[in-house]
Amino acid sequence: MITAGIDIGSITAKAALVENGKILGTKVTFTGYNAEAAGRKVYEDVLADSGLEASAVGKIVSTGYGRNSVKFADRTFTEIMAHAAGANFLKPEVRTIIDIGGQDSKAIALDERGKVKNFVMNDKCAAGTGRFLEVMARALEVDLDEFGAMSLQSGAPSKISSLCTVFAESEVISLIARGEQRFDIIAGIHESIAARISSMIARVGLTEPVMITGGVARNAGVVAALEGKLGVKIAVLPSAQVNGAIGAAILASSL
Amino acid sequence: MSEAKSEKEKRKIQSEKKMRDIMTAYYIDAKTARQNNKKVAWITSGGPVEPLIAMDIIPVYPENHGAMIGASKMGVDLCEKAEAMGYSNDLCSYARSDISCATVNGGPIGGLPEPDMLVCCNNICGTVLKWYEVQARYFNIPLFIFDTPFCHTEYTKEAKRYVERQIGEYVAFLEGVCGRKMDQDRMKDVGRISFEGQKLWQEVLDTAVNKPSPMTAFDAFFHLALIVTLRGTQQTIDYYQGLLAEMKDRIRDGIGAIAQEKYRLLWDNLPIWYRMKWLSKKFAEHDACLVADTYTSAWCGAMKYIDENKFLDSMAEAYSRIYLNIGVDEMARMVIAMIDKYQVDGFVLHSNRSCKPYSLGQFDIQRIVEKERNIPCLMIEADMVDERSFSESQISTRIDAFMEIIKDRKKGRA
Repeated sequence: MITAGIDIGSITAKAALVENGKILGTKVTFTGYNAEAAGRKVYEDVLADSGLEASAVGKIVSTGYGRNSVKFADRTFTEIMAHAAGANFLKPEVRTIIDIGGQDSKAIALDERGKVKNFVMNDKCAAGTGRFLEVMARALEVDLDEFGAMSLQSGAPSKISSLCTVFAESEVISLIARGEQRFDIIAGIHESIAARISSMIARVGLTEPVMITGGVARNAGVVAALEGKLGVKIAVLPSAQVNGAIGAAILASSL
Repeated sequence: MSEAKSEKEKRKIQSEKKMRDIMTAYYIDAKTARQNNKKVAWITSGGPVEPLIAMDIIPVYPENHGAMIGASKMGVDLCEKAEAMGYSNDLCSYARSDISCATVNGGPIGGLPEPDMLVCCNNICGTVLKWYEVQARYFNIPLFIFDTPFCHTEYTKEAKRYVERQIGEYVAFLEGVCGRKMDQDRMKDVGRISFEGQKLWQEVLDTAVNKPSPMTAFDAFFHLALIVTLRGTQQTIDYYQGLLAEMKDRIRDGIGAIAQEKYRLLWDNLPIWYRMKWLSKKFAEHDACLVADTYTSAWCGAMKYIDENKFLDSMAEAYSRIYLNIGVDEMARMVIAMIDKYQVDGFVLHSNRSCKPYSLGQFDIQRIVEKERNIPCLMIEADMVDERSFSESQISTRIDAFMEIIKDRKKGRA
């Protein structure tokens, strides 16, 4: 049976199609202001890309913040379950997932069967998330996609101490005014995200292997900062951003 | 439609109306105290109220009022007023609401009746000390501070002597303000009635061990009002006898508090007053019943220290050893005892931005519970009155994920 997973995040909407343990296709679009329309669009797109008709799909599971706006889904799961299912499907040995999305970050601990044992989400605050990075990219006039590579050139990351996105932005602006190098500032931003995520990891307990999911996984600087902070190697799969959608499709296959 | 309605009707606790009537009459009495030559004392929720009842002083609880403000969603407005007066938004939202409400007589009942005296017991927190000092200055009235040292591990000999000595000072304070002596026999009666009321309240809460539970913690938050405000009066006993009988009838007839109770949960910390309905619906949709909580049992949790025949002497220890005035290890022991007693599948902790003493040890308690009982725990960050600290979609996702884990585990076990 072909199943679909749709993950509506705060910034991007993702879709995945799965059949008999094989990924048929994935797609990422922007969520925009209409989560319902974004869900329909990303689903239509992934079907078109894979050359499939909607009638070929047996079950659909939606997840993410906009999970309840996907009216055509057969069931919803939270992104915690979806990421666990995705990780368990792609890399069954994973025991800790770090998921950094647009507006929240999570640490998920998995048990020996790959099931969710415990999870911690960020407080009601966007520091340490993709949105935080977007704000910083704007302040620094750097394309977000270059953040990772630029920060890796830094030998002495700047210190960003504020926990608040807005205040951290003014901190960054004063660092620019002080003449600090952009790559040092970016590295400092990544360090501050890593520090926040590490304390969440400490609460659920760190067990290897560790995997990172969500859009921020594409940022090599954040991954390197986290690896430094946690003292472990973190697996980054090419499908990190669509891991939740893949997991949702996997969950749909056992409905 | 009518079927759905009767289904809801069936689950409705009938005593609720009586409770509303009693509370209305109580607030009318309090607000007309002056006309009836009665004195009013404002007192903290964990304070020793029995001497006030024995002296015919009407006790009024700013914290109960704070809960009413929260439940009627008027908290943000009053908190903002307090912040405009210069109080930090880090200050407890009960304190902020009460301080600003006193100046505008706002809120759901047009403010509390003006007090003749204040009684502040710091067994629940340190904030009350400054809060009551503010109000003592504002109303220019006498304040009595009943100081209960924190009982980290034990109630020491020194603490005992220190607290017991204050009981005499407390009675002398009341006699001074009222200009008459306390009737010792009356005090003894009030003590016995208070003890009886606490026993009955515990029995009401105990009915939740039944599967399905006839009541939820949300019900307990509501029916709690009398044991807090009218402890030591006969009508509290009458009311809880009626409520207990109703709970027993429900158990006999197999009526559960929610339509389908598949999962049982324990709640920690104060309620999120402005989201009671939303939360109870949210959990009920997952077939989860919050059967018990650490909060409502605080008003009967120290009964073992009370000698009902020597109430005044023994209350020193009972008021010193309430849930919020003990160390984290002992709190965790009490939580674990409740987990076992009510046979719960998960533990929900409300990390309450307002209540520091209640929220400070929660990470440790969670860790101890996870280690000792291996049940899923969920931390919800919010505030009891200030809605600005509540983010619905964040909390909704956490609850959904938490319930997914619980369902998964139960399925795995079955």
